[in-house]
Amino acid sequence: MTKNMIMGGLAVFVLAVLSPFWFNMVTTTQAAPEPELLGPAKEARKCVLDKYDMRANHMSLLDEWRDAVVRDADRIYVAANGKSFNMSLSTGENSCLGCHADKAKFCDSCHTYTSVDPYCWECHTNPKEIE
Amino acid sequence: MMEKSRRSFLKVAGIAAIGLGAAPAMNFAASDSQGSAAAVKAKNPDALHAERWGMVILVKKINDKIAKQITHACHTQHNVPDFTHEVDTQKFPDTRPVNHNQEIKWIWKEKFHYAFPDKEDEFLNEKFHHLPFMVLCNHCKNAPCVQACPTRATFSREDGIVIMDYHRCIGCRFCMAACPYGSRSFNFRDPQPFIAETDPDFPTRSKGVVEKCNLCAERLAKGEQPHCVEAAEGAIVVGDLEDPASEIRKLLRENYSIRRKQSLGTEPSVYYIV
Amino acid sequence: MLEIATKGTKNYWLWIAFLLIVIGAGTVAYLDQFFNGLMITGMSRDVSWGFYIANFTFLVGVAAGGVMVVIPYYLHDYEKFHRITILGEFLAVASLVMCLLFIIVDLGQPVRMLNVLLYPSPKSMLFYDMLVLNGYLFLNIVIGWKVLEAERNQVKPPAWTKPLIYLSIPFAIGIHTVTAYLYCGLPGRGYWLTAILAPRFLASAFAAGPAFLIILCYIIRKFTKFDPGWEAMQTLSKIVCYAVIANLFFFLCEVFVVYYSGIPGHQTHLQYLLFGYHGYNALVPWMWSGFILMAVGAVFLVIPKLRNNYILLPVACAMIFFGAWIDKGMGMIAGGFVPSPLHHVTEYMPTLQEIIITLGVYAAGFLVLTILYKLATQVKEEVGG
Ligand code: SF4
Ligand code: SF4
Repeated sequence: MTKNMIMGGLAVFVLAVLSPFWFNMVTTTQAAPEPELLGPAKEARKCVLDKYDMRANHMSLLDEWRDAVVRDADRIYVAANGKSFNMSLSTGENSCLGCHADKAKFCDSCHTYTSVDPYCWECHTNPKEIE
Repeated sequence: MMEKSRRSFLKVAGIAAIGLGAAPAMNFAASDSQGSAAAVKAKNPDALHAERWGMVILVKKINDKIAKQITHACHTQHNVPDFTHEVDTQKFPDTRPVNHNQEIKWIWKEKFHYAFPDKEDEFLNEKFHHLPFMVLCNHCKNAPCVQACPTRATFSREDGIVIMDYHRCIGCRFCMAACPYGSRSFNFRDPQPFIAETDPDFPTRSKGVVEKCNLCAERLAKGEQPHCVEAAEGAIVVGDLEDPASEIRKLLRENYSIRRKQSLGTEPSVYYIV
Repeated sequence: MLEIATKGTKNYWLWIAFLLIVIGAGTVAYLDQFFNGLMITGMSRDVSWGFYIANFTFLVGVAAGGVMVVIPYYLHDYEKFHRITILGEFLAVASLVMCLLFIIVDLGQPVRMLNVLLYPSPKSMLFYDMLVLNGYLFLNIVIGWKVLEAERNQVKPPAWTKPLIYLSIPFAIGIHTVTAYLYCGLPGRGYWLTAILAPRFLASAFAAGPAFLIILCYIIRKFTKFDPGWEAMQTLSKIVCYAVIANLFFFLCEVFVVYYSGIPGHQTHLQYLLFGYHGYNALVPWMWSGFILMAVGAVFLVIPKLRNNYILLPVACAMIFFGAWIDKGMGMIAGGFVPSPLHHVTEYMPTLQEIIITLGVYAAGFLVLTILYKLATQVKEEVGG
């Protein structure tokens, strides 16, 4: 193998690895959406964790919740801020969707923006979607 | 210039990231970031407790109508798909034809010699042949399904309920081979189109996982009796087998009862009084 | 060494192309299963394992059968097997690749496969099966590769391969024993609940594996300049002969116990397979042809004159191979599920799509096998001349 071939290969590799940035340079960017607080969540303004923690870690929290509910049969979460919640994504008033009334404007807007498609919703149906 | 969202940017980024391996999972601590009081997880104060949950079925009190009621109550409220349900083709176009051998059921009626194949008897009292025997998961004390599961997706809870973690199940169906009672069903396909009305109080399942009766763990946790008990008009009693004062222990003291395939040593927690 | 596989005759490339086409068809069929679920199979609530697991079980046997050349050569210094041990080891590799693929295509949630490692469950036999299957695969790849490489360079294989080779022997027995334990430890399935299951699996494995190896030797003789050696094939055929007789004997023991004791939970399954049950008899012709094939094959191999016949030997081997496949691939799994624990009868037959996926897996295995055998035979040609 010649030195040129190696260098050429490296160049192609670097170009390919940086492809998202090239892609970004030739296209325009949308601003990140703000999740909207609607329904009970608007008045409560006190979630399970504080805002930034929640933004960063809600999936880990849900993961913990699901193990607690399914495996340890614990269903109530008394948060560090003293409020207690029903450890459930979609069932009942005191669950995530019970408080955040509008899934589309709260959950989906960010999920779509960040291009994640959590399969939670396949089974944990949004109660509002059922007529 | 191409109009795009952050989504497509990340998609391309994702493609580029293949090979770098998955990002390490976030480690979430249950305390808040300010370091004040730690969060706690607890049971609902109204929850019903038992050392070992069990069920007594008073077979004589069940007729075909009640049997139907029981199955209906359980299946609709647990979002068990009914493959005879006519699919809404608008919502679910291209739904393929159904193989009815791939049905899903949690509690259903069987004739005596199917529910108790080892107790078959040619001189059996005629009336037994017509009684509907409700069969379901026995929540065995020594459950072969629990032993077989390679991921602990099926496990025995402290209170004796044999329950499933649908999130974890890989769909190997080892548990189905292991269960000597045919209590388990596999989601051969997406159940969604065959659920007439989704009950928002209970999640549905996805294709590719096994499911079965959970003794209404979600109801017991709220201090309510299982759906089948409510629908059975007194023919099904659920309670604590380890508590000598419980109603089911009283029933078992006063009546002769049988369990399915007792000789296998699985110690079923469902008793039949005939 | 791999570069050897990139040079070949026209026939070689045609064969590779053919395999790739079958793999492609299998992949398309599998993608449909992946997105729509196992509904596309003939499996049901009552028969919850089918063709995939059956073929998996059979191929574990073929993989374990490879040890039948390893033991004589490495433990007894039987020099005649020197030329074919590598073939046995590479056959094991290809079979194990197929086994693992069959497990994957059988899963309802294949993307969660790693849960088996994330939540290890030492009470589950599947956990141990995963350990021994992967272990045996790893051992065979390493051993086969290193020994072949050494042969190519005309040096002795590194000393550390020796302990690995000895280790691979219990692993070979282990893979099929644990695979039998998957079934025979389940309390409610009378057909499997028998201690003879693991020995029976091993016997049929030691018949089917070497039988296939003999057929492969014929193919190698025809298409390459490498000669595995007629005497080695003769010895192999004796191994096949005694193994298949042991297999039939174990089966007859099973039949005796089941019918003489007459315990219904055990009898109904065999009744279904051999004579039909309540009018259901889809597998009866299969089972009988399977056992007749094995029995006639055994007779061919017992009689030295027939066994030594160059034309008859592969025929007898093919009969035994297919007989064992029917016994394990068709009867063993479906038979355990019919009748169901509630004594309902739901029969099972694979669907076309299921068969296409299965063929795709086989083609993938044969692709691995072809490449490995190409390497092995070429190296042997180079050094042996
Ligand atoms: S009845 Fe079957 S599924 Fe239920 S606990 Fe017993 S073995 Fe498991
Ligand atoms: S199908 Fe799911 S629950 Fe059953 S044994 Fe496999 S992983 Fe466990």
